[in-house]
Amino acid sequence: MNIVVCVKYVPDAQSDRTFNESDNTTDRVGVDGLLSELDEYAVEEALKLVEAGEGEVTVVTVGPDQAADALKKALQMGADKAVHVKDDAIHGSDAVATSLVLAEAIKKTGTPDLVITGMASTDGTMSVVPAMLAERLGLPQVTFASELSVDGSTVTIRRDGDAASETIVATLPALVSVTDQINEPRYPSFKGIMAAKKKPVEEWALADLGIDASQVGLDAAWTKVESFTKRPPREQGQIVTDDGDGGTKLAEFLAAQKFV
Amino acid sequence: MFELSKEHEDFRKVVREFAEAEVEPHIAKWDKDHHFPSDLVPKMGDLGLFGLVVPEEFGGMGDDGDFTSLCVAIEELGRVDQSIGITLSAGVGLGINPILTYGSQEQKERFLPDLVAGRALAGFGLTEPDAGSDAGATRTKAVRDGDEWVVNGSKAFITNSGTDITSVVTVTARTGTNDDGSAQLSAIMIPSGTPGFTVEPAYDKLGWHASDTHGLTFEDCRVPAGNLLGNEGEGFKQFLKTLDDGRIAISALAVGMSQRMLEETTEYARTRKAFGKPIGVNQGVSFQIADLAVMVEASRQLTYKAAWLKDELEHGRRSVKEVKQAAAICKLYSTEAAVTATRIATQVFGGNGFMEEYPVARFYRDAKILEIGEGTSEVQRMVIARHLGLPTA
Repeated sequence: MNIVVCVKYVPDAQSDRTFNESDNTTDRVGVDGLLSELDEYAVEEALKLVEAGEGEVTVVTVGPDQAADALKKALQMGADKAVHVKDDAIHGSDAVATSLVLAEAIKKTGTPDLVITGMASTDGTMSVVPAMLAERLGLPQVTFASELSVDGSTVTIRRDGDAASETIVATLPALVSVTDQINEPRYPSFKGIMAAKKKPVEEWALADLGIDASQVGLDAAWTKVESFTKRPPREQGQIVTDDGDGGTKLAEFLAAQKFV
Repeated sequence: MFELSKEHEDFRKVVREFAEAEVEPHIAKWDKDHHFPSDLVPKMGDLGLFGLVVPEEFGGMGDDGDFTSLCVAIEELGRVDQSIGITLSAGVGLGINPILTYGSQEQKERFLPDLVAGRALAGFGLTEPDAGSDAGATRTKAVRDGDEWVVNGSKAFITNSGTDITSVVTVTARTGTNDDGSAQLSAIMIPSGTPGFTVEPAYDKLGWHASDTHGLTFEDCRVPAGNLLGNEGEGFKQFLKTLDDGRIAISALAVGMSQRMLEETTEYARTRKAFGKPIGVNQGVSFQIADLAVMVEASRQLTYKAAWLKDELEHGRRSVKEVKQAAAICKLYSTEAAVTATRIATQVFGGNGFMEEYPVARFYRDAKILEIGEGTSEVQRMVIARHLGLPTA
């Protein structure tokens, strides 16, 4: 079974994330980045499926030069090959344009039996690219899988909701997005790190995919960030001095804030 | 000249991520409960940590791996916790290495795959209640009886010797007397569970609480003649070489400790306020932290220089003598620096540094042994002085 996993290079949530002053897009260059944690579950699930049978895992990303780091991590984990779509014109693309680029890149890799994505990116957190991508590829979409199994020509997933857990079956080829409940992503092993050095990484530009620059980028985006304001620094909390009536004062404070 | 490769740095990142996710959240409790986390060992095996200097035929990394990578792993584990760092260091240096270096093909095939995968651990029993650095004073005896060795005696402070997954302990024992009257030592492998091999209750140590350390006793303990490791009478030579590698590894452990102390004190000095200002504005504090940064850099350079020399030695490009000297120098400097680093850190932390709630207290307790294990600071100075050609007693 051949699987394509879409991954994203995102700013590290533990560092200071910000926007570009010039065009209000996410700053992906002046900040430490990494493979989106939620995509690690997608990579892991693909590796498990291929290890249990046969086939190849191809990871695909759309992003600036630094996004190669996200691909490298996926290759170190065990993916077989990678595709990096990079083109200055892509800068500022919204989810609609991103799904177009991903769809064309996936088509160019051949016809996978399964496309797996994370449930959302950890920066944009929109969760819409999987659905858009399935639509563009004409594949059945089964999203938010917390369990996944493939049997012959079907894929079965479990989607956990507040009220019930659904079991959903789709015919292959299909697109599945997975949650952080589905598995425990592995750490790259030393062997994996060394092996990744020799794995092929294709670099494609928009022209290689037959996409016109006017279809992507900030100018083609359906939504734009008009302005941003830095979150104000947290204010010093209220200190309650205990003069023997600390308990009462605390209770009064909580009641006033409608916490109790 | 030597430098860490891109792959070494990628590997460092992974080990750091692993240590912060799998060790950091649990270590305070493991330390408090004196709990050895057996479950962590196979996970370390999955990362490849035990196979970095082992050929592929036994599950190791073959030509891809090197001793420098092992030092990177020990440093990064040691930065989060020293007990876990020494578990790896001893697991490879004292458990795997002697079998790999001196074992027969059959012995290697029997023990190494499990040790490399982290399904098992091995120990090395050299020290005795009355014989530490003076290994010639070893009293444990092995006598040949038909197709068996009969071992009697006791060993002290043996790392990884009593875990749930310990498969074998290699012990040095007197198997005869040399012409000059000195003890003839041999190394013999004693599998866990052999009748007559008793693992004593765990020691009550000042530090390294999550590391497994026991005394061992042997009473008419019989093992097959084939359990002799290498040639009879070569035990002394064997363990001397084993210790050289171990010294560089301990130095890497010390680098991890000093690095952590630098991070802890820097953060604390930036955020802890006294008299309305962060305490780092006081040069009494900031200069100590500056010194700490120098110590970290110096110990790291000495350690990886020695590791590089050791890797070069494997390729026949450097001499044993050079490695021996570099190992003694880095071990001496890095471990003394680490002890100083923990003293500075606890001082910067003030009263909080004395509280187990803060990790600097654990590191303070863990530091002292670094100046003792794998050859005391005094022994290192002896080695260095001898290398300089100074007269010996």
